[in-house]
Amino acid sequence: MKLMYDFFTGQLGLDATGANISVASVMAVIMFTVMALCAIVLTWMERKVAGFMQSRYGPMYTGRFHGWAQAVADMLKILGKEDIIPAESDKGLFKFAPILVLLGSLLAWAAIPWAPDFVAADFDLGLFYIFAVSSLVVIGILMAGWASNNKWALYGAARGAAQMISYEIPLALAAVPVVMRAGSLNPSDIVIAQQGGIWHWNINPITNPFLFIAFFMYFIASIAETNRGPFDMPETESELVAGYHTEYTGMRFAFFFLAEYANLFLVSMIAAMVFLGGWWAPIPVLDRFIPPALSFIIKGMLLVFLNMWVRWTLPRVRVDQLMHLCWKVMIPVSLLCVVGAGVWMMALGQLK
Amino acid sequence: MIRDLVFVLLALLTVVPAFWVVFSRNIVHAGFALLFTLVGVAGLYGFLGADFLAVTQLMVYVGGVLVLVLFTVMMTHVPAAKRSRHGLDRYVPPAVFAAAVFGVLYKVITAVKWNVGEASTAPTTTEIGTQLMTNYVFPFEYVSIVLLAAMVGAAILIRERSHAGSDDAIAEEKQEARP
Repeated sequence: MKLMYDFFTGQLGLDATGANISVASVMAVIMFTVMALCAIVLTWMERKVAGFMQSRYGPMYTGRFHGWAQAVADMLKILGKEDIIPAESDKGLFKFAPILVLLGSLLAWAAIPWAPDFVAADFDLGLFYIFAVSSLVVIGILMAGWASNNKWALYGAARGAAQMISYEIPLALAAVPVVMRAGSLNPSDIVIAQQGGIWHWNINPITNPFLFIAFFMYFIASIAETNRGPFDMPETESELVAGYHTEYTGMRFAFFFLAEYANLFLVSMIAAMVFLGGWWAPIPVLDRFIPPALSFIIKGMLLVFLNMWVRWTLPRVRVDQLMHLCWKVMIPVSLLCVVGAGVWMMALGQLK
Repeated sequence: MIRDLVFVLLALLTVVPAFWVVFSRNIVHAGFALLFTLVGVAGLYGFLGADFLAVTQLMVYVGGVLVLVLFTVMMTHVPAAKRSRHGLDRYVPPAVFAAAVFGVLYKVITAVKWNVGEASTAPTTTEIGTQLMTNYVFPFEYVSIVLLAAMVGAAILIRERSHAGSDDAIAEEKQEARP
């Protein structure tokens, strides 16, 4: 970021404001590109993982090597599809909803620290900000469901919104012990606090067992937050056709699809950043050879794989089970983690 | 220059949808327009250097209150055909009331001697946390207890109503009615 800033001020002779705006624009373009690319990679990965879990191959032909080009072909196909807007729908809101859903995850992407000094928006409230802007996705889903003027879509949206605002609580609470340990809400500081190999990562149960529990709370809540199986109640094919995006076709549907994978990658990256040491390699020596962004993305991808594994292994839960799990199990356990982590750190003198 | 431009954009983002909220005939549209107003207010907080307040505004109002408002509005939505057009009598009293509130607020804003200065861009979170845990710990805890009481109260209200409507409750009433 400093480098880019210096380039704009030094080489192009811009003043501070101009350079800041330029850096922000460049970062926005980079983030959006990475997001679109990651959606393409993740769709292919999802189909291969699903195939592997179900003892079949998944896409095999397009692009020769294990059908790697299938996702690209699908994207091109979806660009050419007819854009259908239902006659009785609320047209303005119907068109705006996919943008809002995508905007919610893109805004959150801004605060991910990819490498030392490579963050689109490096500010002190990063983690809090990520959880706050994710709520735009909830509004977008409600908007999509209501504007479609379709019972299934509305049911899907109502379920989705209820689920997402419920699971936001354990999700944010699970990250609180980490904030207490790092003494900062800034994502970069949280990662820097975990320097020194796998032993110093926040997940290490010997340093603080409550952080270890918090990781699992975060992981479960993140699955529910992205509306993926076994918590894919908003999209249950057997009951609601496709949930809140039932009426969407072509590019507008692709926006929801993109947002789903962007969100999946986002929550996995946050888990990697908060609990698994972010850009630090497991052994300090490796930091010299592996670029920080690469080890960060590898951790994120491992968590994405874990997420897909869970999705294709477990059967879907019922709505009441979902709410029971959230309000009566996960929120109390997360609160316990916050209190326990505080007491543990005080007892061992780890407080900053 | 750019500061003014940003301010004007944020102010427009706050005010224009606010008019939409008030004048829209479709109550769900009004609810969704509220989204832009709330985001605009968060932007204004951020613009003034109150970063924690800005993000809290997003978290509480967009993530919580607005979702609740939308849920309520969607459940009570009246189809377009049944909506009646109101006459002048429906516009004048609220307009007078709004003008009165505006007058009072304007008077207050102009009468108070504000401590005007360059907005500080220093992060506020640490300071807010320290203040909440030291100088303002009593109000903080007091508000927590009030909110807890409200939550328990809401839970009891809902439980009683759903209990009264259930088959068990009816059966119990019948049992009690028996001699």
